[in-house]
Amino acid sequence: MIMKDAPVIQVQNLTCAYDDFVVVRNVSFDVHAGEVFVILGGSGCGKSTVLKHIIGLYEPVEGSIMIHGRNMATATEAQRQEIMRDFGVMYQMGALFGSMSLLQNVMLPLEEFTDLPRQAREMVAMAKLAMVGLEQFAYNQPATLSGGMQKRAAIARAMALDPGILFLDEPSAGLDPVTSAELDELIRGLSRNLGITFVIVSHELASIYSIADRVIMLDRASKGLVAEGDPRLLRDRPGNEVVGRFFNRQPPQSAGRETCRVPVEEDA
Amino acid sequence: MAEKGGMNHSGAAGIRSRVSGGETVVELSGRLDGGSVGALWESALQAVSGDQQQVILDCGDVDYLDGSGAALMVMMRDAAQERGAYVRVRGLRDELLRVLEMTWACKRPKWDDREDDRRGLREMIGAKASIGVNDLLQSLSFAGEMIYIFYLCLRRPSTLRWKDVLLSCVRVGVDSMPIILLIGFLMGLILSFQSAVTLQRFGGEIFVPNMLGLVMFREMGPLVTCILLAARSGSAFAAEIGTMKVNEEVDALKTMGLSPARFLVSPKLIASVTMVPLMTLFFNFASLLGGLIVMLSLGYPSVTFTSRVFQNLQYGDFVGGMLKALVFSVLVAGVGCLRGLQTRSGASSVGDSTTSAVVSAIILIAFADGIFAVVYYYLGL
Repeated sequence: MIMKDAPVIQVQNLTCAYDDFVVVRNVSFDVHAGEVFVILGGSGCGKSTVLKHIIGLYEPVEGSIMIHGRNMATATEAQRQEIMRDFGVMYQMGALFGSMSLLQNVMLPLEEFTDLPRQAREMVAMAKLAMVGLEQFAYNQPATLSGGMQKRAAIARAMALDPGILFLDEPSAGLDPVTSAELDELIRGLSRNLGITFVIVSHELASIYSIADRVIMLDRASKGLVAEGDPRLLRDRPGNEVVGRFFNRQPPQSAGRETCRVPVEEDA
Repeated sequence: MAEKGGMNHSGAAGIRSRVSGGETVVELSGRLDGGSVGALWESALQAVSGDQQQVILDCGDVDYLDGSGAALMVMMRDAAQERGAYVRVRGLRDELLRVLEMTWACKRPKWDDREDDRRGLREMIGAKASIGVNDLLQSLSFAGEMIYIFYLCLRRPSTLRWKDVLLSCVRVGVDSMPIILLIGFLMGLILSFQSAVTLQRFGGEIFVPNMLGLVMFREMGPLVTCILLAARSGSAFAAEIGTMKVNEEVDALKTMGLSPARFLVSPKLIASVTMVPLMTLFFNFASLLGGLIVMLSLGYPSVTFTSRVFQNLQYGDFVGGMLKALVFSVLVAGVGCLRGLQTRSGASSVGDSTTSAVVSAIILIAFADGIFAVVYYYLGL
């Protein structure tokens, strides 16, 4: 039984590291049902790393991640499968299976995890593609589509089993502003109409203002969480320098080229 | 006043240096860019190598300066500073001075502070050993996982994606038929011909079919077929799975709750195990055909050839060869898929996995063949 107000995802004192290299240290946050939650931060701050830990691709060095109140790291294989069945993931580059058509890509989870008859599977998959506006490309191979279409198809595949949570890794990276806005529109629609909880990794400010209910911001220098809350409020009242610079797109003082005085002699 | 080196055409880059009053004045001129600094490099180094304590880079005639030109000046500064001299710049236009300022802080690159170079011999041996042990552990856990998957597939065959198995069978088996038949035929032909030429001197060429049947069915058939499998399919497995790993497709499978071992590896493994004995069979018969042609050309009837082959070849030889082929195929396909799954990130990593898949497969085949030789000897096969 899931309580309405209980957090869907609880991250407590999470420390992520690759071998000896600590990426983020001691990060805690909650994600509530139905909200669009954005993890943001500059390049290399560990946004994607945190996401990959939440979806169970890596095990945390310290701390715990609970999804629907169950700990991924200590769950049995069967429990993990059950938790994973309730979320979908869209990877940065789409990660569609190149040897299959879009329809087959979306049908794959249905084939593996449901006992729907073939016709029903095809119809469900087609409906998911229609939701992201790609029904006329159902029989195309992923490689024949543009980057934005591949990402939308990846969202359709992530939604194949009607998950409660969708994880999106950089949905607007590498897309032009119009395509990116289309994707934002899609995310808003899915969140409003289906009540799906979104956890999105992003650094696109324009898209964050339009979709996010709540954000957390990670910082590479401190390897931790530097801000949490409504992005519009954070823009107006950042509270600290790192956050203010990010929302106002200012480079730090020391960034960029280091210039140096050249010893110059006036003409003799 | 002493003048050294250099020439100065209008617009083209030039360098000349003179010594006046304890100072070295180096006059740079023209367009200092990627195309021109190479020719000036040596004379520039020479110009600042005197023993004057003050070096002045006179840039009054410099028309243009880009990163390469700035690099030349930074290098002159470093060379002068190394011998304790002090460098100043004179007469450089303001906008060019900005370019120089962007690079003035940089130092000459030093390559000797890389991590590998700092490691001692013992550390290096330790690091390599730890990589080796890790690799061994990964192989063991992979083998365990595959055995478990096979057990699951046997219990519930519907969990296997039979369409993928069939597709892999076509790619591993059917598509490789031409090369299997060609190599088999040529090896049979060459082996028979070479031995016939030698044996003819003793009038013993009649024994060629005996030798050919035994060698092909027991040893060469499984060995060469599986080396071809490693080159053709093992590498393809590693490249395919490796590319999927790089594109996060393997991660996508995992988060869908689908095991990459069951989904990607088992169809390939099952296809290899079922196809390789058949491929070996075709290889063996193609080689006999090659031998037959040699014997016919030496004037023996074909019935002599076949009767001598099958008179000498026992059922045990045939089964022993097939068993070898089976084991080799598991090793080749398994290590190909394992290397694919071990791929890290980037295109070069896929290349490494592919190379490593073929090399490891051939090494494993050689070791396994050695073990088979000993075991068959003691079993009296």
